[in-house]
Amino acid sequence: MATTRILEWLGRLYIWLLLAFLYLPIIIMALMSFNVSPFYQLPFEWTTEWYASLWQNNQLISATWNSVEIAVITTVICTVLGSAASLALFRYEFRGKKFLQALLFPPIAIPWLITGTAMLIFFFGVGIGRGLHAILLGHVALALPYVIVVVSARLQTFAPELEEAARSLGANQWQVTRRVTLPWIMPGVIAGGLFAFAVSFDQFVVSYFLATPGQTTLPVEIYAAIRKGFTPEINAVSTIIIVVSMALMLLTARFFKFGGEK
Amino acid sequence: MAGVQVSDVSRSFGAHKALDDVSIDFADGGFYALLGPSGSGKTTLLRQIAGFDFPDSGRITIGGESVERVPVEKRRIGMVFQNYALFPNMSVADNVAFGLSVRGETKAVIETEVQRALDLVQLGKLGGRRPHQLSGGQRQRVALARAIVTKPRVLLLDEPLGALDKALRVDMQIELKRIQREIGVTTIFVTHDQEEALTMSDRIGILRDGRLVQEGPPEEIYNRPKSEFAATFLGDANIFRGDTTGDGIRLADGTAIVAGVGATLAAGAKASCAVRPERIRIATDAGAPDGNPNTLKGQVSKRIFAGNNSTYFVERGGQTLKVIVQNTGMERLAEGQDVVLRWSPESTVLIAVN
Repeated sequence: MATTRILEWLGRLYIWLLLAFLYLPIIIMALMSFNVSPFYQLPFEWTTEWYASLWQNNQLISATWNSVEIAVITTVICTVLGSAASLALFRYEFRGKKFLQALLFPPIAIPWLITGTAMLIFFFGVGIGRGLHAILLGHVALALPYVIVVVSARLQTFAPELEEAARSLGANQWQVTRRVTLPWIMPGVIAGGLFAFAVSFDQFVVSYFLATPGQTTLPVEIYAAIRKGFTPEINAVSTIIIVVSMALMLLTARFFKFGGEK
Repeated sequence: MAGVQVSDVSRSFGAHKALDDVSIDFADGGFYALLGPSGSGKTTLLRQIAGFDFPDSGRITIGGESVERVPVEKRRIGMVFQNYALFPNMSVADNVAFGLSVRGETKAVIETEVQRALDLVQLGKLGGRRPHQLSGGQRQRVALARAIVTKPRVLLLDEPLGALDKALRVDMQIELKRIQREIGVTTIFVTHDQEEALTMSDRIGILRDGRLVQEGPPEEIYNRPKSEFAATFLGDANIFRGDTTGDGIRLADGTAIVAGVGATLAAGAKASCAVRPERIRIATDAGAPDGNPNTLKGQVSKRIFAGNNSTYFVERGGQTLKVIVQNTGMERLAEGQDVVLRWSPESTVLIAVN
């Protein structure tokens, strides 16, 4: 009995340590965004001064909007194209299908630094150049395989007879997809979309290579700002992003029980 | 509602001939079973009729209309799948409503028709449930309701009862037959279960290796099988092989077997005789002869008791014969006992060997 209790206690300790490891830096940063001292000095004195000055920091704000915009567009494009590609790979047999599927995985494994360099060279070569449009293109290319992999995994659990049953009842291809297939793969589509959003919103390396000085994304801007000298405004913007993204995650997790119920 | 004609349909997958020149007529309102072992092409044939797959050659008509290039969604058929294929994201009522709804029926029509279909399959009160909250038998009924609510021209069933346990299967057989009679829809169902085919259908088509072996009413196929395969696949049969004598065959050891039914064959050709196990009378040596010309001596090697009957395995000349005896309370025969088997020419079917 005693050993069971000790093990139970150790297990709990482990979970708490894990959570602390994950969240402590974030919590400290969030707290410091409300601290008067810009140098992480205690005692803690409450202020919203950094949020006010963040509001004045046009560069940071515009970089944030750039990031949000690119991430949202990337998510939409990748979710639509990726889901459509997954459905095609699931439904149809065609020459070179296996080869195509195999080709989808390596881009996930290739370091972003290398992909970024390659994209920079290629975009210059074909005249796309640098800028927000180039960043968007790069992000779509990076995120697409994730969506296809996640949606395809979900499709593996889909019974093809369901589509046949729907067709036998007179449903055309579009009705079959919208009313039978999509509802089933929706959790995969949402998860894939979240991946796409994360890949884009978190993206530093590729964005850094493809950004032009006036037109950057938030991670690139934060990096540039830290190199110039740290300001608590960065804590403030990070805190806002953490709160918003965690709220989004919790909401999606609530509406689409990932992995759980079929 | 409509009849279905399949004429000279062939379908190959690579080098494999799944259907080899199959022709079969399904009359309007009939209940047909396509029976065969796995790989015999019965499901492939059903999928050609449904329109999930198209034949390489041949014609298929539904109600006289040529459909061999018409996709499934335009054929106005109803289909019940082996694992029911109910839409998991929809309630029972929405599942049944699906066909009407994609067709653009009004809400009022859909509601009335769905309720009528659910009542027909005796699930009137379960419309609000989800498929995963139903038992296997209930899911089966939902699948059936969904397939017939659109008033299809043909109802296709792919091993519809395969996933149910025995008692439920028998209930559903009766139920399915009742519903089919009530709506009168031409029904074609695929099965590998000979009992199901025998009890449910008006006509049976037996398939083997992509070919139609024999087609006809269950009793005709059972009583007059045209091949050893038909004889042994639909029911059980003792097969004797030998040379034809005109009215039967002569076995290798010289024993003559007189056949009263089956093919008419010229003397001298190779042929077989099929005898159903329940047609053979078994007696100990002492019994008086009963005038039947077909008499064989053998020895009981095994007896399997199955409640209402017993199966005796009788060894004779290197062949094991099966005899089924109703349990009438008579004394049973011991294993190792010498016995005499007798049966009439009317119970003996002469079959040509190709």
